[in-house]
Amino acid sequence: MLGSEAPKQVMDDRRMKNFQRRDSGKRMALFVLLMVLFLFSVFPVSAQEPTRVITDDEVNNVARELFCPICENTPLDVCETQACKDWRETIRDKLAGGQSDEQIMDYFADQYGVRALAEPPAEGITLPLWLVPILIIPAAVVFFGLYLKNIKRSAVGSSEAAAVVSQPTTDIAGDPDQDQDPYVARIERELREK
Amino acid sequence: MIADLGYAAILIAFLASIYAPIAAYYGVRNDKPRWVESGRNAILIIFFLVALACGLLILLLLTNEFSITYVWEVSSRDMPVYLKVAALWGGQRGSILFFNFMLAAFTAAAMARNWRNERAIMPYAIIVGSFSLIFFLGLTLFLENPFQRVGVATAEGSGLELLISTPVTYVKNIFERPGIIPDDGRGLPALLRHPVMIIHPPMLYLGYTGFTVPFVFAMAALMAGKFNEGWIRITRRWTLVAWLFLGLGVILGGRWAYDVLGWGGYWAWDAVENSSLLPWLTGTAFLHSVMIQEKRGMFKGWNVALIIITYLLVVLGTLNVRGGLVSSVHAFAQSNIGWLLLLFLTYMIVFSIYWVVKKRDQLESENHINSFLSREAAFLGNNLLFLLITVIILFGTYYPRISELFAGQEVTVSGPFYEKATGPLFAILLLLMGIAPLTMWYRTGIGRLRKMTIGPAAGSTLLVIAMFFLGVKNWIALVGFWIISFSAFITFLEFGRAMNARVRSKGENPISALAALVARNRRRYGGYIIHLGVLTMAMGIISTELYQQETQVRLMRNESLTLGDYTMTFRGMEQRAGVDDTEIIEATVDVYKGDRLVRTLHPRTERFMRTGEDMSIPAVRMTVTEDFYVLLINWEGMSSNEATFKAYLNPLINWVWAGAFVFIFGTLVAAWPDPADEKVSVSKMTKERLAIGGAPGD
Repeated sequence: MLGSEAPKQVMDDRRMKNFQRRDSGKRMALFVLLMVLFLFSVFPVSAQEPTRVITDDEVNNVARELFCPICENTPLDVCETQACKDWRETIRDKLAGGQSDEQIMDYFADQYGVRALAEPPAEGITLPLWLVPILIIPAAVVFFGLYLKNIKRSAVGSSEAAAVVSQPTTDIAGDPDQDQDPYVARIERELREK
Repeated sequence: MIADLGYAAILIAFLASIYAPIAAYYGVRNDKPRWVESGRNAILIIFFLVALACGLLILLLLTNEFSITYVWEVSSRDMPVYLKVAALWGGQRGSILFFNFMLAAFTAAAMARNWRNERAIMPYAIIVGSFSLIFFLGLTLFLENPFQRVGVATAEGSGLELLISTPVTYVKNIFERPGIIPDDGRGLPALLRHPVMIIHPPMLYLGYTGFTVPFVFAMAALMAGKFNEGWIRITRRWTLVAWLFLGLGVILGGRWAYDVLGWGGYWAWDAVENSSLLPWLTGTAFLHSVMIQEKRGMFKGWNVALIIITYLLVVLGTLNVRGGLVSSVHAFAQSNIGWLLLLFLTYMIVFSIYWVVKKRDQLESENHINSFLSREAAFLGNNLLFLLITVIILFGTYYPRISELFAGQEVTVSGPFYEKATGPLFAILLLLMGIAPLTMWYRTGIGRLRKMTIGPAAGSTLLVIAMFFLGVKNWIALVGFWIISFSAFITFLEFGRAMNARVRSKGENPISALAALVARNRRRYGGYIIHLGVLTMAMGIISTELYQQETQVRLMRNESLTLGDYTMTFRGMEQRAGVDDTEIIEATVDVYKGDRLVRTLHPRTERFMRTGEDMSIPAVRMTVTEDFYVLLINWEGMSSNEATFKAYLNPLINWVWAGAFVFIFGTLVAAWPDPADEKVSVSKMTKERLAIGGAPGD
């Protein structure tokens, strides 16, 4: 039992030390906090100054991804109304507060709706917007392929196709100009009709 | 008195537009050509009457007749003369009158020019042409009267009641002169006080109204049952004219935005911009597929569909701009006529579908596509791409309305969506632009294609590798540049090959061979020149889209900002009175490239004292390779010597404008009327060609 108690004692000592250390850390933190609070009260302006100065470029970088919630179709980075200037200041404050671009964009989307986002998200109300190009482009490709395939099959048997197919093979080596020349095309048409 | 005359002219023109189709219909039904001619004369008279009305309104604007509401709204004493004239289309009422003028001009010109050759379809052309005229003249007469007087009772009520009370009220007002005439007008909004105002709206209107002519001829040919005849030829030329104007209008709008709107760009995917691009896209598709019909008698239904769609997109665009259907930066000219335009649009859709279905037997193809590798298939692919792009842009433009209607939530659809959704399609289109001219009608041997593309492909690859090592690392840009240079190489080779053939066979010098070549087949080489213009523009667009740089900095006097190779130093501010009742706050900045002073620029803000509007006018240093574009964003009083600037570096942006000039030149080459072309018969031409001995292979 003794043997087992001794290490416990050691543990307790260590815990105690740890505790003291943590405690001193806490005290330190408290001290710093008090100092900061003191500084705040003494130099309110300089204390509010963010750790990092946010440049206009950084603000515009975010504002570019947003649309002015009140003006008609104007990106926030170029809008010159007072409201938009205020919104840009909001962005600046949030950047200074350490928020990421995404967080700020989410904030605007929450506050003013999806219309505040320059790029509509591929979800919710704007999902159909993205689905249309995603669906119609492959559909068009398939349609185009099938159409040409069908046409080719139906054309192979017909005499009209046979007659004209034999004709251009002679052009291949010739002047590229020749086959598209309207006069030549007319001559060909006339010859064929005769 | 002048105003009354103007209103009377509109009234008579409206009555004539109702008379014209009745006379034409009666004439063609009872085989009385004189009645048809009378119908045509009515159309010609409409043109003169509407021209008179426009002239009178301009006179009222120039003489500061502020007793007229419209003049008071859009003009003021301090406006320069050119703006007073341009004020004709600066507001809703005037612009609808002006639209009427363009519409009447095109309809009359089409009648006068094609009367002799296309007699059989003309009665129907009068009928179809009158629809648009009746509608738009009716708008001016009943709802958007630009000759309305101030201070007198305006027409009230809704729907039919309003329609009737407008002219009645107007006539009553003639005898009740108003007591107080305003001393000065409100004047045009600041945004519109720009020299391009003189040309951008007219070009767009020419484009918009111009597309009614192909529609009129197509429908008339269908109705007359003369679908297989010359109508497609005249239609093609009219389409080219409308297409050129619309393209010019769009480009000028972009230039205006770049010069005035102060956001460093030229295209914002604004709803109204899109509306003008849409008919241009389908018009482009038609100009290509019409060749298949001319050569092979195929795609007749398709071509008619494209003409109809283009026309309907024009009406929709008008609805958009004038009826305020979607929110837009162009919102300065609209009113509540949207429901009427919608009615007209619906009517035109039903009318077109009815005739296409009724006469569908005329639209059957005479031939089939033979091969995947043929000119026909290439054009079909081109059409498909254009149509896909159109559908996506159309959908994006109206999606905010759709979501508002069905979900009660407004969304923003702007650049990022359109660029992602249509960018790849535009890229394929540019690639096709290079390959398609190499394909031949009926079928092309794969060996021939390979032989003709391998050089350009290798050349472009080398070019792109060189670009990569020069610092272009963006893969989208590299792919884009590859496609552009590939297509450009092929187009130049096409010129070169044909020129060489001519030099060899005729012993001409290269320059005159080239000129003769283009002159002999203007349509084809005009098309190639247009392609080169488009490629040049694409180069500029890709560069500015992907490599635009910008920075915004607050500067004290003599402080500098840097952007790319440029350094810009703020030297001072000046305040002075400008023309046109403005106050100008102008900054002076020195622009250095490296250490060398390259230009002193003056970005400025114009404050319109009357309205308190501020306009930030950029100053630009332009070079072939890039624009240094600077805006005065903010300033802290005149004395504090501190101002905020926003500077953009736009690489290759001038290629966009240069490409536009090439595009215009090519269109003129392709579309310029050629009297001999229309008169010489086919057999005569054949004889001529055989006698000369022409190109090899004849």
